[in-house]
Amino acid sequence: MSSSVSAAASERVAATLLRSRHLLGIEDLSPEEIILILDTAEAMKEIGSRSIKKVPALRGKTVVNLFFEPSTRTRTSFEIAEKRLSADTLSIAIASSSVVKGETLADTVLNLEAMHPDMIVLRHASSGACHLLSRICRSAIINAGDGMHEHPTQALLDAFTIREHKSRLAGLKVAIVGDLLHSRVLRSNVQLLTKMGAEVWVCGPPTLIPTEITRFGVRATSDVNQAVADADVVMLLRIQLERMEGAFFPSLREYFNVFGMTDARLKHAKPDVLIMHPGPMNRGVEIASEVADGPFSVILEQVSNGVAVRMAVLYLLAGGVEHETAA
Amino acid sequence: MKRLLKGGRVIDPVNGIDGMHDVLLDGDRIAAVGKDLPVDGATVVAVPAGMIVCPGFIDMHVHLREPGQEHKETVATGTASAVAGGFTAVACMPNTSPVNDNANVTGYILAKAAEAGLARVYPIGAVSRGSKGDLLADIAELRQAGCVAITDDGHPVATAMLLRRAMEYAGMFGMLVIEHCEDPSLKADGVAHEGFHAARLGLRGMPGACEALGVERGVLLSELTGSAFHVAHMSARTSLRAVRKGKDAGIRVTCEVAPHHFTLTDESLGSPIPYDTNTKMNPPLREAADRDAMIAGIVDGSVDVIATDHAPHHADEKHVEFDRAPFGIVGLETAVSLTLDRLVHSGLITLPRMVQLLSANPARLLGVPGGSLSVGQPADITVIAPDLRVRVAARELRSKSKNTPFDGWELRGGVAATIVGGRPVFENPDAAIAFG
Repeated sequence: MSSSVSAAASERVAATLLRSRHLLGIEDLSPEEIILILDTAEAMKEIGSRSIKKVPALRGKTVVNLFFEPSTRTRTSFEIAEKRLSADTLSIAIASSSVVKGETLADTVLNLEAMHPDMIVLRHASSGACHLLSRICRSAIINAGDGMHEHPTQALLDAFTIREHKSRLAGLKVAIVGDLLHSRVLRSNVQLLTKMGAEVWVCGPPTLIPTEITRFGVRATSDVNQAVADADVVMLLRIQLERMEGAFFPSLREYFNVFGMTDARLKHAKPDVLIMHPGPMNRGVEIASEVADGPFSVILEQVSNGVAVRMAVLYLLAGGVEHETAA
Repeated sequence: MKRLLKGGRVIDPVNGIDGMHDVLLDGDRIAAVGKDLPVDGATVVAVPAGMIVCPGFIDMHVHLREPGQEHKETVATGTASAVAGGFTAVACMPNTSPVNDNANVTGYILAKAAEAGLARVYPIGAVSRGSKGDLLADIAELRQAGCVAITDDGHPVATAMLLRRAMEYAGMFGMLVIEHCEDPSLKADGVAHEGFHAARLGLRGMPGACEALGVERGVLLSELTGSAFHVAHMSARTSLRAVRKGKDAGIRVTCEVAPHHFTLTDESLGSPIPYDTNTKMNPPLREAADRDAMIAGIVDGSVDVIATDHAPHHADEKHVEFDRAPFGIVGLETAVSLTLDRLVHSGLITLPRMVQLLSANPARLLGVPGGSLSVGQPADITVIAPDLRVRVAARELRSKSKNTPFDGWELRGGVAATIVGGRPVFENPDAAIAFG
């Protein structure tokens, strides 16, 4: 390949590939593979700053973005990443409800596969949907969020953003505050950050903390001040109004009063703390606007970096496919 | 026709028999058990050394799916599966379509069973009409038609009042009330045991307390009514604690445990196949402490019965996302091997205890024939080959459905032959016995 991607990234990338041909979750990645993706993303980010934001790395590859849940940010991010790598790309949005009585997930995807795509980016409401497909598909499966399980590219872009600012992950105190129970972002981030040696605190009402979360190697608390104290990074997770119906908390107002991130609470954090949120944000619920729009917020940088990280993942997995076919 | 089973170790805990004996079958009845019985015109069946002759095993918790869900299982395929698994009789749950809440459905099932001519089938009737939890089913009619117990299995009896009434009413006939113990509000939309593995995999959990609440309710109502109460497919250590407490207080509570609950834990949700829908059942595979408690209960006698909760589902139904898959696995053809391998060969229980759990106790609880080799009992015999090397192959199961998490497992011990009413209905080619 004579593209500028390989020129920029070859010294670091060429020597190694991802072991799996899919990206199902952070769980399957080694620390070395995580570093490989983040390093590759640095080269990809440079492409996004050019006037002509396109390289031919995935020319001739077909990527299907198959979204069974509504998503603006993640889908757009993948689409832009694919286009910048010159892939042929199409996005399909299917309302989960219409699938209940119709075609099975396996049949839907096998039909798409019959048209020979190279990669399928899947967002689905059921945990494990990507694992199911990985067992029956020839294409590489990229998990763009499966139920409450994982959202690996989100954790990778979060790590990329943290690393850009702090130049490391190991030894940082990261506090993750919000609805931990229903969050795939939480599960991916916890695994990535602990693998990379960060000190992770998770915080929320006990009703929203998963069973035995500490077995992930994190510390759990319902005292937000304890979680935030001396934190290098504070990451807020979305609180959904529907959770009130499950009696997970009494009201959004009360949630904000007890857990909402405000300037006052942030005073306990390190002076150069980073404020992160995977979106979509609920202002005045998990995060006050003064924090979301404040000097420590890198929330929009996360979105920018998402494109670079997804380019890196697509690029590395495409290499993996070629490698496997050649072997 | 007379058959004389010669050469096996005979284990019949009800009659205190454990030794090298002959068993004489006359037609469809047991005629004699003793040492060196005279041949006297009988066909001699030589039982190879090392094999064990037991009263026929009875699985008191199976789903035969007929009528209404014949794509999963029929009475014919289910009873073929039963005899291949060493069961001479099964009790089938009423959550068919329509529900077995009237004599017509009961009669239909019994006719299908007679037509198949394999295992005996004892239908279990519904507690409530349509198992909907409003009105009692016609329990006397069900009993007269051949039902041996009642349950709303699949879910718990809707209210404490209805369960109370069912226990009082069925108590009039000495009919056992079997309960799927569960607090529906606590189960909510759970699909797996609430523990580390479900948390890791992002699966909605249901805690052991969800089952134990149902057990506690039943034990209290059994005390109130004086009627017998049987806990189906027990899985949680807190449930076992409630059963033990009830038994210690002299309350008429009994319980059964399924082989998957004394073998597997929730770790199977993620490995070897992540999100394998054949690890999804209700009650779910629980954590190691629960699995170990089920074993302890089996060992110390708190658990009365091993029953499979055989729940066949079509491959298409299981080949979906984990949270959309139906609950349940097949169990008839793996239960005896799992019991031998996991409990007997590991030294946890003796063979006579195994026969109690699989034969004597279910016969006694349901009030059905069998469970012993007493003279005059039906000639229902299970011959086991305790050292047979068994490799489970899902594709080769007799059951119409192949939804087992044990595919490829190698187990020590299996079934050599199954005799129902004096007639060999299953002979394992890997452990041949010449019936002549």
